[in-house]
Amino acid sequence: MSPRNALRTTTFRLALAYLAIFVASSGLVLAFIYWATSGAIDRESEQIIEAELTGLREQYRQWGIVGIVRVIEERSKGERADEMRYLVAGPRFERITGNLTGWPAELRERRGLVEFPLTVRVGDRAEVRATMAMTFDLPNGFHLLVGRDMKERSEFRQRVIGAIAWSLALMLAFGLAGGYWVSRHLMRRVDAINRTSGDIRAGDLKQRVPVAGSGDEFDQLARNLNAMLDQIERLMAGMRQVTANVAHDMRTPLNRLRSRLELTLIEKPDEARYRETIQATIDEADRLIATFNAMLSIAEAEAGSKAEAMERTELPPLVDQVAELYEPLAEEKGLVLTVAHAGVAVAHVDRHLLSQAVANLLDNAIKYTPAPGRVTVRTEAGPQGAVVTVADSGPGIPADQREAVLGRFVRLEQSRSTPGNGLGLSLVQAVATTHGAELALTDNAPGLCVTLRFPRVPEARGNGK
Amino acid sequence: MVATALQTNDGGRMKILVIEDDRETAAYLVKGLEESGYVVDHAATGTDGLFLASSQPYDALVVDRMLPGMDGLTIVETLRRQGKTTPVLILSAMGEVDDRVKGLKAGGDDYLAKPYAFAELLARLEAVLRRGQTGQPTTRLTVGDLEMDLLSRTVKRHGQTIDLLPREFRLLECLMRHAGQVVTRTMLLEKVWDYHFDPQTNVIDVHVSRLRQKIDRGFDHPLLHTVRGAGYCLREPA
Repeated sequence: MSPRNALRTTTFRLALAYLAIFVASSGLVLAFIYWATSGAIDRESEQIIEAELTGLREQYRQWGIVGIVRVIEERSKGERADEMRYLVAGPRFERITGNLTGWPAELRERRGLVEFPLTVRVGDRAEVRATMAMTFDLPNGFHLLVGRDMKERSEFRQRVIGAIAWSLALMLAFGLAGGYWVSRHLMRRVDAINRTSGDIRAGDLKQRVPVAGSGDEFDQLARNLNAMLDQIERLMAGMRQVTANVAHDMRTPLNRLRSRLELTLIEKPDEARYRETIQATIDEADRLIATFNAMLSIAEAEAGSKAEAMERTELPPLVDQVAELYEPLAEEKGLVLTVAHAGVAVAHVDRHLLSQAVANLLDNAIKYTPAPGRVTVRTEAGPQGAVVTVADSGPGIPADQREAVLGRFVRLEQSRSTPGNGLGLSLVQAVATTHGAELALTDNAPGLCVTLRFPRVPEARGNGK
Repeated sequence: MVATALQTNDGGRMKILVIEDDRETAAYLVKGLEESGYVVDHAATGTDGLFLASSQPYDALVVDRMLPGMDGLTIVETLRRQGKTTPVLILSAMGEVDDRVKGLKAGGDDYLAKPYAFAELLARLEAVLRRGQTGQPTTRLTVGDLEMDLLSRTVKRHGQTIDLLPREFRLLECLMRHAGQVVTRTMLLEKVWDYHFDPQTNVIDVHVSRLRQKIDRGFDHPLLHTVRGAGYCLREPA
């Protein structure tokens, strides 16, 4: 996988989006801290200036302007002269005393608490410093300025801004790297799946998605995909088998049909013979059509029943009706057909399909059971759900062939003397699958017992259909 | 041929319109129906078919479902909206129960899935033609000396009561309602049992032969006849 692909993954995009949100919220928090802290410094400066002024006011009350000038002169040379700014100016803003060289031009009209840039000499360099100050007009035209150098605040601000910038930069770097790493990691797993499906599309149906064994969601996905692939492979194998069987089973009657026509053509022309051949050909064609119809019915049953055709149905009447259809046939053959119901079995079924399945089971049972014998159909309202059983006293099916007879066109009788197309049980199997029912072939000792176990149906509501 | 066509009330031959696009199938249908005594018109497209069906009187229509121009179901729906009650037999390559239901809902009187035996088509066509003729519901059915009382559910032949099982009664009722017509095994399975699949063994034959034992045995002439390659027919002796 190329690194560029990792940047295009959903994971990476999600990581980016998450990172953006995280950076924005961290930025907000840091900005608040910055604002709160620098505000605290401002308030501290105001308090200091206020305290100075309280002292000066006291001096003024006692000594008037002279007192102030004296005190300012003293303080301008005092221990806090580096930090504090004082100036007393005359009526035309000419400097009288203080540690400023002159009244700042921009403050001539402004009074009260002000902030302004002030150029100070540090050693032999001039430096512009932010300064906070209070300015007053004294009686008799004098002006007073008491201020504080805000260098500390500027430094603090710079440090905080630096810290914020660094942490955001680190956050971005780690977030990008992490997102990239995570998406590469996920991409590797997805790539494995893509590679496998590519191989399968290219024709290698045996490929399976590797399972890491950690049991994470990718393993679950891989297992599901593999199960699906197994199913597809099974179905395809089944389809190949069916196609081969269809081709094989159709070829025999078609060949018979063809040779019959050919033979009639060679023979001496005779209208009665022609009619006979044509009738035989039509019969053969009808059998072929019947086989195709049976295959279509299976396909239809396998495609699954339409939801609207599935209805909560009481099985005893349905089974009774099919049994009633077959009863004379059984009797004719010297078999006893019995129907028994234990409770009222209810299942969610497509009436049409289930009737056909039960008909096929009865058809088989009657066809393969020699007289005298018996065929029994039972329905039972079992605790796990409805059960339908068709049992006979015929030769049964050897245990090792029970699976095989469910396949299409499988007939155990080698001679194939009994009419039939070998599709009867396939249809039953398809119908069972559609209904989520379990189809079981067991030994009736003697004979065959076919059981259909339907899933349980929830109790009908009061106004249910 | 298997059966002869019904006649119109004034004794003329019945007129059928076949709407079918496949040339060969159409030729086969037209020839078969003409041989059976019908007068047949043919339309090869849905639009032609609809035009003919709405402008001329026909006794029945045989309509293929898949047609160029306009599909069969639309033709039937359009005709029904125009108030035409001409019986319609729909032919289709789709044989699923769902498609059958759709065909009948659209206004078709019967539905036949391809491939079909011509005898089957003829029998069903006759049945839909007859349906158009019968008037009010009856409580008594009579064929020769065979009588069926639908209210008391009794059957008599030549004044002699015949005991029938319920399914035999339903079977006989169906045959008597279509007296004189060929009723195929598939039609019986549909009408008497409401099954639309074909059983592997011909169960219907056994049912009919039992019924025959009860209604024909011991009487000088049989009423229930087997029509080879088609089905059964209940009719008075000529």
